[in-house]
Amino acid sequence: MRRFANTHPVWTALIALVVVILLWLIFAIWPPGLVDVIGRKKVFLAALFNGITLGGLYFLVASGFTLIFGLMRNVNLAHGTLYLLGGYIGFHTADITGYWLLAFPVAFVVVGFCGVLLQVLVFRRMEGQDLRQTLVTIGISIVMADLMLWGFGGDFFNISPPSWLSGPVETFLVTTVKRSGDLVYMKYPMVRIVIFIAAVVVGVAMWLALNRTRIGMMIRAGVDDRDMLQATGARIQIVFVGVFAFGAGLAGIAGVVGGTFQSVAPGEDIRFLLASLVVVIVGGMGSIPGAALGALLIGLAEQFGSVYFPTYAVVLTFLIMVVVLAFRPQGLMGSEG
Amino acid sequence: MVDVTPDLARSRPRNGGTWVERVPPAYWVLSVLLLVIPAFVSPFVMFQIMGWTFILGIISLSLMFLAGYGGMVSLAQMAFAGFAGYMMAIFGDSAIATISQGWPWWIAIPLALLLTTLFATLVGWLAVRTEGIYTIMITLAIAAAFFYFTRQNYDLFNGFQGFNSVLPPQLFGVDWRGPYAFYYLTLGFAVLAYALVLYISRAPFGLSLQGVRDNPRRMAALGYNVTAHRVAAYAFAGCLAGVGGILLTWQSSQISPGTVGIGPAIDILIIAVIGGLRHPIGPFIGAFIYVILKTFAVDFLLSLGLAGERFQLVIGLGFLVIVFFSPDGVLGLWEKLRASRNRDPLTGQDRGRDPL
Repeated sequence: MRRFANTHPVWTALIALVVVILLWLIFAIWPPGLVDVIGRKKVFLAALFNGITLGGLYFLVASGFTLIFGLMRNVNLAHGTLYLLGGYIGFHTADITGYWLLAFPVAFVVVGFCGVLLQVLVFRRMEGQDLRQTLVTIGISIVMADLMLWGFGGDFFNISPPSWLSGPVETFLVTTVKRSGDLVYMKYPMVRIVIFIAAVVVGVAMWLALNRTRIGMMIRAGVDDRDMLQATGARIQIVFVGVFAFGAGLAGIAGVVGGTFQSVAPGEDIRFLLASLVVVIVGGMGSIPGAALGALLIGLAEQFGSVYFPTYAVVLTFLIMVVVLAFRPQGLMGSEG
Repeated sequence: MVDVTPDLARSRPRNGGTWVERVPPAYWVLSVLLLVIPAFVSPFVMFQIMGWTFILGIISLSLMFLAGYGGMVSLAQMAFAGFAGYMMAIFGDSAIATISQGWPWWIAIPLALLLTTLFATLVGWLAVRTEGIYTIMITLAIAAAFFYFTRQNYDLFNGFQGFNSVLPPQLFGVDWRGPYAFYYLTLGFAVLAYALVLYISRAPFGLSLQGVRDNPRRMAALGYNVTAHRVAAYAFAGCLAGVGGILLTWQSSQISPGTVGIGPAIDILIIAVIGGLRHPIGPFIGAFIYVILKTFAVDFLLSLGLAGERFQLVIGLGFLVIVFFSPDGVLGLWEKLRASRNRDPLTGQDRGRDPL
């Protein structure tokens, strides 16, 4: 952090300025002039919160993708399929048993097992052949998409959270002042807040596991130099399978989260595959903090875009990608080369 | 990263004889066949199957050019094609009179192609900053962004509905959407595109592009501008895809976000890979197989007593089998067959003659 500030003083000042303005926008009571220009504070706060929580969801999907790519250079374009599969499994688990929380471990285990199958049956046979991996995983996602359409139907499913999580909760943020002088506080769905906190916890736990444990050390060593790690006697194929299973399982969990946030339906697989592609391109391939930053940026861009300039919302996301590619082709947090 | 080497060795030494004698006999057979086909088949086959094959072949050919000669797999080719179709609808005539300018075809078509080439150049400039798998991801993201943009934007692209009644001009008093006229129109453009790609692959630009594909550092050291070659390849491929896109718009007489979706973008890659990325004929073979599958898979499934709506599964499985076992597509299978026929069964050595 300090090194960044020393080497890029202008950027640091700009970022600090943006943060200060943002904090003021969040906490201050907006003067009427500002409301006239950019609309009510309630809309702004809703977009901000939705963007952040959507970023949390994107992070869950993209972190698995980036972890798999970073370690094994495996291009898994069936990642969106794993997400959707997790959503369907989560929905049916919650529907049959009635326990929302049970959907998470079941989706994690089942989708993680699919990940193991993918790694053992597909990726191990074509290590280092990017194009073939891409094509085969595209083929798998087409076949799986049709099989899921067959098995689960084309309807929209919505995973409903348990009663103690549903309904809005009052936050401490003031949106407006009533004419009588009472402060109006912002209300926000409880379940989104809980899920966002869970995403943060998962992210922090992943960072800790990668940076503070022995397995994490092995994975990081594998990212840097796979052959050398193998030469030191680490059983790298087992690490690969484990990482693939974990990444796929995360996608499955994200599917349950996405099903609770939005809905589970055919077509969502491609949407989330693309979202995770854009997130990792912006954040940098193979970097967990990069995935977090990219997910946050893309989530915010999508929500603010759809609120403030609806017809050009996609272009905003796309512009972020273009600008990042133009100035930092390796992504915001990606390593050089 | 794309491990393909176009088979230049197969083009026979060209010394002696007039140009007529130098054309390989296979071309004669094929051209006579293609010219007389309309005498035997129904208008449906000509318009829907052959016309569509040629159009998809042209668009996939642009991908084959980029991937086979340039080593860059772009999933944005369908976006370029759709862009050209949209420009055609915006500048030319369509049922959406509020947006369409209604300019004559000799302005609208060149303008649409020019803008498409520009768009492709921009995308190329962006995409060549990355390599290998990143290129696939970025072009996929661009294609998706274009799809969502056309679906959301109502001012220019007319949103979800798109444009309908985009018809070819009534040139020389011929209805170019009639089955015969459209067949020959698409055939003409397909042959032109094929010949152009074949020519460029042997022209200095194509040869240096293949050099860039095989060893960019060496080419840079030799003084070639690697980035410029790649961007130029994108521009050419974009223009080619644009031609296909305009024909596609005329064939279905409409253009909408569904035409440029993720599915169609991936279909173009599937076609090119099924056919083979080694030779410009590959995309046309792939397109023919794809169109036949897409048209008749439903009937085939029904005849087996299965549900007709599972045809996507059949196509996906077929694709999966081909890429799993023969990464070079049908052309790769053909070469394998030739090689195995050419091998002596006892010694396993090359027999040194061409049995096929």
